[in-house]
Amino acid sequence: MTGSIVAIGMGLAAIGAGIGVGSIGGKAMEAIARQPEAIGDIRSNMILTAALVEGAALIAIVLSLVVK
Amino acid sequence: MKDLRKFLVYFTLIPAIAIMFAFPATGISQQTTENHEQATDHAMDTTKMEGHEGEESHACHFHGDIEETEFDATNTAYHHIADANVYSIGSFNFPLPCILYSKGQGMDMFSSKKFDFEFYGHGDGHKAYNRYVLTESQVKHIVDPSFPLGEADLEGFTHDVTTVDGKTITNVYACFQGKHYLLEAQSTADGGLFGGGLTSFYDFSITKNVLSMILISLLLGWAFFGIAKAYRNRATLAPKGLQSLVEPIFLFIQDEVAKPFLGPKWEKFLPMLCALFFFILALNLFGQIPFLGGSNVTGNLAVTAVLALVAFVVVTINGNKHYWSHIVWMPGVPAIIKILILTPVEILGVFIKPFTLMLRLFANITAGHIVVLSFVGLIFVFGKMGQSVAGAAGGFLVAAPLTMFIMAIELLVAFIQAYVFTLLVASYIGAATEEHHAEKH
Repeated sequence: MTGSIVAIGMGLAAIGAGIGVGSIGGKAMEAIARQPEAIGDIRSNMILTAALVEGAALIAIVLSLVVK
Repeated sequence: MKDLRKFLVYFTLIPAIAIMFAFPATGISQQTTENHEQATDHAMDTTKMEGHEGEESHACHFHGDIEETEFDATNTAYHHIADANVYSIGSFNFPLPCILYSKGQGMDMFSSKKFDFEFYGHGDGHKAYNRYVLTESQVKHIVDPSFPLGEADLEGFTHDVTTVDGKTITNVYACFQGKHYLLEAQSTADGGLFGGGLTSFYDFSITKNVLSMILISLLLGWAFFGIAKAYRNRATLAPKGLQSLVEPIFLFIQDEVAKPFLGPKWEKFLPMLCALFFFILALNLFGQIPFLGGSNVTGNLAVTAVLALVAFVVVTINGNKHYWSHIVWMPGVPAIIKILILTPVEILGVFIKPFTLMLRLFANITAGHIVVLSFVGLIFVFGKMGQSVAGAAGGFLVAAPLTMFIMAIELLVAFIQAYVFTLLVASYIGAATEEHHAEKH
């Protein structure tokens, strides 16, 4: 029965990270549309921020694997 | 490329350190299923086992000897991402050297061939050697001192599931002369943080992961020494062969990671960043190759912990006085806030940064492997372990495109995670070494 609760936790973490990464990607697209010449800087900062947001979700996934 | 020589030095150092630390490392599977608590109440467990002996479902067997009717996708996935004492290429198992230490018996060194496992099969050893056994490709130890030393013919393995404090624990037993002996997994480096802990023996073996790391280090060393030689010999000519592959990546790290984040000191740290990047990238990609060992090196917590430790040490050593003053005593903030909030948070941040570096790489690579294994497992779930050919065919039709899609994404993830790791290390070093600007704000 604990398995299902873990699954809910993973799902919630994925929702949070999904919203975060989605808004980062969307804003980056807007920024590139406004300033196409800054594409290099925007891309590397986008990946950096997305990695930081994704980290929170992955920590939740690791915890859900560990806490049984 | 004048940094190339320094880069090579780092390049041999980082894998060497990583290999050193990865010896007592284990995958997460046995950490979660085995628990050192069982060692203490071993007597209780054996009495409990006697009640089980009559039951058909817990009969002793070697994996693969009998028809398994139910497919356990979770355990199969965990088994495949875990480290092993056997190198499997396709379905063929190759023995690896075992270096084991336990308190009562001292040091033992022997080939895992001693366990008499089948060359083609599931990696269960038919013999015990010096109270060590091989089950599911992993070495485990028999705690009971009444078990004979030297070689002993086993009758099989069995397991039972008990619940202690609401936690489900699977105990694995070896069968010998009609009796069941409790098995323990090796001690884990985390000391119990992730469910492992200290058990009766340490495993310093050249495991699958260690061998993969050595192979990759040799391969990269060969490639980069060759490239360095090419740059010396053909300094004025256009790059050729492997040079053309590596130079854009090297320049990308230099121009996109080192220069923007490290400022004027980028040359000092570029070799380390490149060594980290290529080491992680090569291991990520090596782990993606199916059937070739399927090693999960960067998906092993101990390996990523060492990589993060390298980053932590570099940041700590190179941090200047402005960096430390902003952590310990932030200028321009009231003392009460500094004592209550800022300093504790900043000091925690020093350790959280490498901790997230460790978890990010581990979780990304492990998650990718688990997803691929789960999709492949669909074939066996639908096929009911070979009983239903039509189900297996249907499962294959579903699983094959999904697996290919995920593996394509995993190739991307392999690059992105190597890049992100390098980028974050660069930004942490950059923050620690930044010179103090004039008070503008």
